[in-house]
Amino acid sequence: MTPAIDQLWVYLTSEPLLNLLLTFVAYMVGVTLHRFFRGFALFHPVIVATTLIVLTLLGTGTSYARYFDGAQFIHFLLGPATVALAIPLYDHLGKVRQMLFPIMSACVIGILVAAVTTLGIAYAMGASHELLMTLAPRSVTTPIAMGVADELGGIPSLAVGFVMLTGAVGATTGPLLFKLLRIDDPAVQGFTMGLSAHGFGTAQSFSTLGPVAGAFAGLSMGLTGLVTAFLLPVLVMWLGG
Amino acid sequence: MAVLIGFVGLLACQLLGELIVKAGHLPIPGPVAGMIVMLIALMVRGRVPDGVRFVSEGLLKYLTLLYVPAGVGIMVYFATLGQNLLTIAVTLVGSIVLTQIVTALVLKALTRKRGQNEADCS
Repeated sequence: MTPAIDQLWVYLTSEPLLNLLLTFVAYMVGVTLHRFFRGFALFHPVIVATTLIVLTLLGTGTSYARYFDGAQFIHFLLGPATVALAIPLYDHLGKVRQMLFPIMSACVIGILVAAVTTLGIAYAMGASHELLMTLAPRSVTTPIAMGVADELGGIPSLAVGFVMLTGAVGATTGPLLFKLLRIDDPAVQGFTMGLSAHGFGTAQSFSTLGPVAGAFAGLSMGLTGLVTAFLLPVLVMWLGG
Repeated sequence: MAVLIGFVGLLACQLLGELIVKAGHLPIPGPVAGMIVMLIALMVRGRVPDGVRFVSEGLLKYLTLLYVPAGVGIMVYFATLGQNLLTIAVTLVGSIVLTQIVTALVLKALTRKRGQNEADCS
């Protein structure tokens, strides 16, 4: 490299701009690939974008801390986005009140099954305490999962990885199970997707199962996050943490 | 202005949520408390202000983009992941499939029963 270009490169990598741009472009590539593969969940924009960014960072020898200097501006929006989950919840308040008992029962039972099977299987396979506490909140949406993992003594940023894997796997297995179990009510489908695969399941519901399923997925994602944030710390304490 | 009002509404609820969590030493994340504050505010007001709806729907539409910066952090834990690959894979797939089966069947059973009761009454 000539000195001038070299200096330019040093300047650019020290600024947040480049990593911010990298995040947006990688996500756009992800969206394009996801459309091309007709919504196949493992080509989810987040999975594609994360893979591309990690490869770029490893290739250029950039540390995660340096990358996060730029990407934190996107990361910050998770807070207001969590607050924004109140809007779909409010929109369907009438339906929620009407179906309050079935919805709340399914929500609590679903969360308990998710937490107990996660902790049970991982414990049986010899996972460490730290890994258990990092896996525990995997079925709720990211900002809530990070907070809960931190609360329980897990590793927040690793918890995010599990949340994303859970979303991708859940969004794929859900529709297959609905066919197998002959679940054809879109409200039940959407609710299950939102509970088990949060944002990924909600996006998948809107795009392949229809608007009713999408609305119920958004509702159950918000509700599940809320109930989990209260329930999981208590459950873990009760199980002996 | 509407967009600004929307952003201010969301951030104000988040701030209130953070304050409530800090002051009450609650075991939930601040933004979750902010979500409850927002829900109560909407119920009191009786409708969603246009700006709040516009900004919220924009954020939720790109919710998955917001996961990316934290998700890239997984690169720091490649070693931990590699050591526990089988445990993690079996746990995730097993737990997700069981959760989906139980949730779908419970909700289906509860809503169908309700539907039948209503049909009986009519």
